Amino acid sequence: MLTRLGDYLILMYQTFRVPDKMSVFRQQLNLQFAAIGLDSFVIVTIVSIFTGAISALQTAYNIDSPFIPLFMVGFTTRQMIILEFSPTVISLILAGKVGSQIASEIGTMRVTEQIDALRAMGINPANYLILPRIAAGLIFNPILIVFSIAISLLGAWGACAITGVVAPNDFAHGLQSWFEPFSVYYALIKTVVFAFIISSVSGYLGYSVEGGSVEVGRASTKAVVYASILIIFFDLVLTQLLLV
Amino acid sequence: MIVVQHITKSFGDHDVLKDVSMTFEQGKTNLIIGQSGSGKTILMKICIGLVDPDQGVVTFDERPFSQMKEKEQVPIRKEMGILFQGGALFDSLTVEQNIMFPLNMFTEMSDKEKLDRVNFCLKRVNLENVNKLFPSELSGGMVKRVAIARAISNNPKYLFCDEPNSGLDPKTAEMIDELISEITHEYNMITVINTHDMNSVLAIGQNINFLYHGSLWWVGNKDTILHTDNKELQDFVFSTRLTRRIIK
Repeated sequence: MLTRLGDYLILMYQTFRVPDKMSVFRQQLNLQFAAIGLDSFVIVTIVSIFTGAISALQTAYNIDSPFIPLFMVGFTTRQMIILEFSPTVISLILAGKVGSQIASEIGTMRVTEQIDALRAMGINPANYLILPRIAAGLIFNPILIVFSIAISLLGAWGACAITGVVAPNDFAHGLQSWFEPFSVYYALIKTVVFAFIISSVSGYLGYSVEGGSVEVGRASTKAVVYASILIIFFDLVLTQLLLV
Repeated sequence: MIVVQHITKSFGDHDVLKDVSMTFEQGKTNLIIGQSGSGKTILMKICIGLVDPDQGVVTFDERPFSQMKEKEQVPIRKEMGILFQGGALFDSLTVEQNIMFPLNMFTEMSDKEKLDRVNFCLKRVNLENVNKLFPSELSGGMVKRVAIARAISNNPKYLFCDEPNSGLDPKTAEMIDELISEITHEYNMITVINTHDMNSVLAIGQNINFLYHGSLWWVGNKDTILHTDNKELQDFVFSTRLTRRIIK
């Protein structure tokens, strides 16, 4: 465990260097924006709409006290989505999609000697392969999460409007009540930390593959599992640190 | 000239290389031959700086490459072209982008100059109109030829080839051998080739180093190898049914 942590820290030390050539780094970054960011919009949209809709309906059906006004459904749903569902659930989804993609891509490059080829050419492979992926995650995941929050709230509003459990006006009133901008900052801080975990842990597991295709598959699975566990753990730590 | 001096390498209790010394000469195809497990690949990885030796030194034109720090090695690495066993082409890049890669990283050439260089290298390895193909769309022989084109794109002084014709049919393998030999003489490079293919040995072996169980066992060339009285080398040379039948 400690050896692995040491290897991870050494790899991060090699990763965070000034790129050998800035123009090549920019090219790589653009490619990763597409692979990590743009390609994730569809799954983020689908998950967000349904998560928002389900949150609103669950909240509405579980509030059966006449002393709690119905606009509280909008307020509670908004808080759940901003504070937890979008940053954490979407990051867990991205750990599955992006994490396995990064680990398998880099792992395959390792077993087919492509990483050796880079090193033999005098290029720092960790910097060339992992840094653009981390940078793309750090820049693009907050965009995805803000998008997810908006879509989730839309889904929640739509579900209430279609089923009629809460009047759209009441729901909209709740959405606007007691809004604190810090809750969005909190969501974004969590997102950035989770993005770093997803890209760096997956990059490390792919980079350290030894063997063949079976090990690449294992690294890909481990990337999802480790990233998910770390996301949950840091979710707890950050919640305690930021919301107390 | 590349000089390998007293290289020793062990993994745990297993001694892979034992005090190996050899010289690779300019303008010649220098071969490292031996059975699988004889230490050829590790020796080549030590030469190109992917594995550190336990003892000994590899010098490139009197520069002690294996004793340098990673950063100090970079200028020498830029003078190397390397052909890996499986080609090691970058899957996500097209043929053109693969060959252009060293030019993008290490030169300030304009886009047109780079494209001209790519087309020249592709022509040199007898491949044309494959610029936009991805490595997955190429045959085994084409992958090797693109890998050679990438290796020579930045005008290397040193060319390393790890089993360049493994997995190829005899005719394509012969073509790859001829290509490497021609390029070596044309650009006066120091070429080092790892192989256990006797066809390659007899065709292009100008300086042959035979490794046996991690030790240097014999040094010679393609003209002397068939007349050796070294028993282990004889076993290696005449290990195929075809060669034994021809000798009979």
